[in-house]
Amino acid sequence: MRWELKSDRPIYTQLTEQIELMIFSGVYPLGSKLPSVRDMAQDAAVNPNTMQRALAKLEEDGLIITHRTSGRSITEDARMVEIAKIKLAQEQISEFLEKMQLLGFEQKEVLTIIDNMVKEMKN
Amino acid sequence: MSTIFECKDLTKKFGSTVAVSAVNLKIERGQIIGLLGPNGSGKSTLIKLANELLTPTSGNILIDGKKPGIDTKKIVSYLPEKTYLNDWMRVYQIIELFSDFYDNFKPEKAYDMLKSLNINANDRLKTMSKGTKEKVQLILVMSREAELYLLDEPIGGVDPAARDYILQTILRNYNENATVIISTHLISDIENILDYVVFINQGKVVLTSSVDDIRDEKGKSVDVLFREVFKC
Repeated sequence: MRWELKSDRPIYTQLTEQIELMIFSGVYPLGSKLPSVRDMAQDAAVNPNTMQRALAKLEEDGLIITHRTSGRSITEDARMVEIAKIKLAQEQISEFLEKMQLLGFEQKEVLTIIDNMVKEMKN
Repeated sequence: MSTIFECKDLTKKFGSTVAVSAVNLKIERGQIIGLLGPNGSGKSTLIKLANELLTPTSGNILIDGKKPGIDTKKIVSYLPEKTYLNDWMRVYQIIELFSDFYDNFKPEKAYDMLKSLNINANDRLKTMSKGTKEKVQLILVMSREAELYLLDEPIGGVDPAARDYILQTILRNYNENATVIISTHLISDIENILDYVVFINQGKVVLTSSVDDIRDEKGKSVDVLFREVFKC
């Protein structure tokens, strides 16, 4: 996994997002064990405290479970992952809709364009 | 968390030149701190004061609550800006010297790192390039299990690939209760591993902040902020 960290935003939020994507895309399957904070921090070349903070955020969101003695694992609850996934999709779509509004499109027009594109892709 | 490094109204003058000026600073354990400032801002002087290589003109500097001396040198691992090792020595001889000198020096760690950087322990320092010498020195410093690492310009003379390895080395070898203070002006290279930064200019502390706070509040990297604060 290649970590991409931009310089204008807090590092831990970027780590959180990228680990989320790894969970959604199955790099870390449901119920699987996460590497140690130390190993993950080294892999991303960041401070362990920063990685710790990113994982704490994911734990808060219910995607990661901390076991008292055996480290961390991904939740086994597919519903939690689904919820987080939808939330991320909603964020991206609302960003997209704002851009379309700036271009002067009505929401209906946007839907028509999307519809047509999807049909074309099927062909 | 307890305080590992503290300055109280610390001042150091060389004749009429004020190198460190009434600095008040408190650093907690378990962090990696960037001591950042332009050339001649007082970074090295501050670190030398912490190692008793210089004594304060006024004010105090405390390591783990104690004035720098024999007790603090046991828990501080220091990488000076210039090498002090004898050129004619072979790397393994220096490792033996360090093992004799420091209780908390782990030779196996040193040999491990030498191996991953392809440095031969039989080589004499004299025959090595500037960058390789710097690597050897950092390896020695990081092979101690210290409570405070004071690294004065650890990545100045090495190539970018080795720089990455050195940062990895720092990350791997410091334990959760240890503290690392890195002085440098190569900020973009190290800012991802820092918890906290201290900006210093003309002997004064001008800013202390966590790296994430800087990015959160100002929407810019530490490197960009540094260029703004110290614009010539």
